[in-house]
Amino acid sequence: MSAGIDLDNVCCDFGKFRAVDHVNVNIQPGEFFSFLGPSGCGKTTILRMISGFTEPTEGVIRIGGKDVRGQRPNQRPTALIFQNLALFPLMPIWENIAFGLEVRGVPKAKRRERAEELLALVDLHDSADKMVSQLSGGQKQRVAIARALAVEPAVMLLDEPLSALDLKLRQHMRAELRAIQKRTGVTFIYITHDQGEALAMSDRVGVMSQGRLQQVANPRDIYNNPVNGFVASFVGENNIFSGEVQNAADGMASFATPTGTFRARLPGAEGKLYVRPEHMVLQAKAAKENSVAVTLTEVAFEGNFVSVHGVTEGGKNMVAELRNDGSTPIPSAGAQMHMVFDARNAAILPDSATAGA
Amino acid sequence: MNDLLRRYGKGLTWTFIGLTFFWLIILVVLPDFKLLESSFRPYLPVKEIGGPKDVYTFNNYLQIFGNQVDFNFFGLHFPLAARIKVFVLTIFYSGVVTLITFIMAYPLSFYLAKVVSPKSLPTLFLLLFVPLWVSEVLRSFAWYIILTLKGPLNVFLMTIGVISEEIRWIDGYSPVVVTLVYAYVLFMLFPLYNAMQSLDSNQIEAADDLGAPWWRIHWRVILPHCKPGIASGAVMVFMLSAGSLLVPAIINSTTGNWFTQTIQGIMLEGQDWNAGAAFAFMLLLFCTIAVSVAMRVFRVSLSDIAK
Repeated sequence: MSAGIDLDNVCCDFGKFRAVDHVNVNIQPGEFFSFLGPSGCGKTTILRMISGFTEPTEGVIRIGGKDVRGQRPNQRPTALIFQNLALFPLMPIWENIAFGLEVRGVPKAKRRERAEELLALVDLHDSADKMVSQLSGGQKQRVAIARALAVEPAVMLLDEPLSALDLKLRQHMRAELRAIQKRTGVTFIYITHDQGEALAMSDRVGVMSQGRLQQVANPRDIYNNPVNGFVASFVGENNIFSGEVQNAADGMASFATPTGTFRARLPGAEGKLYVRPEHMVLQAKAAKENSVAVTLTEVAFEGNFVSVHGVTEGGKNMVAELRNDGSTPIPSAGAQMHMVFDARNAAILPDSATAGA
Repeated sequence: MNDLLRRYGKGLTWTFIGLTFFWLIILVVLPDFKLLESSFRPYLPVKEIGGPKDVYTFNNYLQIFGNQVDFNFFGLHFPLAARIKVFVLTIFYSGVVTLITFIMAYPLSFYLAKVVSPKSLPTLFLLLFVPLWVSEVLRSFAWYIILTLKGPLNVFLMTIGVISEEIRWIDGYSPVVVTLVYAYVLFMLFPLYNAMQSLDSNQIEAADDLGAPWWRIHWRVILPHCKPGIASGAVMVFMLSAGSLLVPAIINSTTGNWFTQTIQGIMLEGQDWNAGAAFAFMLLLFCTIAVSVAMRVFRVSLSDIAK
């Protein structure tokens, strides 16, 4: 069983500070939805409002179509996985997992059986009688997931649960979480500041900044078609040019900057020009359009790609990322080159969602 | 040790170690040892000390069995030596004091550690501390005045019409229990508050989120976490209560004798230090046993308490 969640014009104030500002989003049943944003952007507050630990100041939250305002956390069909997991250290693993069932009056033998099943589901056999302190970080993670799944929630809420793990384990757990979500069909709402996590796991991502939802889209669109400068620069790297739009037509425009005039897409309001480093091509000769002459300052070999930093005559720093296919020669610092980009890969975007938008 | 030497130099280090040893050995261990030794000797006139009659004996300890009286323990009647009766009641009511302080301190420490905003915490702690600035003697006398027959409590209760006749509060063990609770409740509160404060609030929220009602959150998550704090508070309150002389001496009724008063009577009024020492060691021994048994029952170890 899973349920959808509607946030309808939700606001949350702490004193004079507005932590969440008119957030609207419909999350589908069975969807893996991530809220992505820097710390302090209000994403954890959204999670706490859905789970019931915080009440919205304005707006309506519906879970499975039902208004849940005023319901205590223990009355809502949600289960929250805390950032620090909050496992009960004085109970053995199986009692941790079965705690929600114990609360519901399930007899002991049944609880134990269910705990073993859930342990199998999260790939942790033979750990039922261990104590929390005997498990590794990744194992604790799984126990926390199993404990939340035990109460058969319609919605799972995850508050950056992977942030305490090391990189390898984190990547492994990403796949694991995704698999568990697909297996159980429960709606997952995932909070993170790590764009890699959000993009890799989610069906859809909501990017947040300063309490506002900037963009809700699937991971590809978030990365390829950001709606504004905040989304573009929070998710991935960019070369950013300030300037002025000239002769806009058919979604394209010329953009006059101190570095030169470029052709680029103009999907919406005017703002700055954004070009991702991997869309920059490095060549010896200048191209007809969208070409920037640079002196290379640093060439960092990262293995699968090469990060090339350059500086223009006007002193503007540029960065290009080249795939390392093993045969292309790698340029060296000090060389005079041109960074060239396709107009379709460059976008003029407004700064960020403005109040009332 | 090397750390100390490096930090404070030889002179200071040895001075402080010496002073600590002096305090421990000369002021604590030796006098206690002398008392223990003399508790096994008979009470003799000065001339006969060291003489042929001065031999080691258990007679002082056996004195506790003298003077059979009827013991009425909540309706259960059986004959018991008068001093054992006082002894049993002292241990029992010290337990009652411990229990009451726990019942009072648990909700208060939960409130202080998890509910109240940190801003008002210093004020609340100050309010808790203020009574400690007044000496225990004065506080005991204050309770004596409150509980006395024509005292404020009776006057108040009669004015609002709850009782029509004065109640003799200073009767039996209740005034001692009340005053001991008042005197020692903070010794329960602080360890409990410390334990409560070290609990990750997320665990409470997690239990709440999993559907647990408030009492189950306390029973399964908060109380087990606080066990070491409860144990150390309980040991302190129990030992202090059982060993308190001042409070029962001030506020006790004739029907509620405390064992420390028995010891005082033997030592100061009877001038029999040998028997007094024997009784004091019995009190120490049985309190220690009571505490160890309680710790075994509640599965707490000594190292938990030291934390």
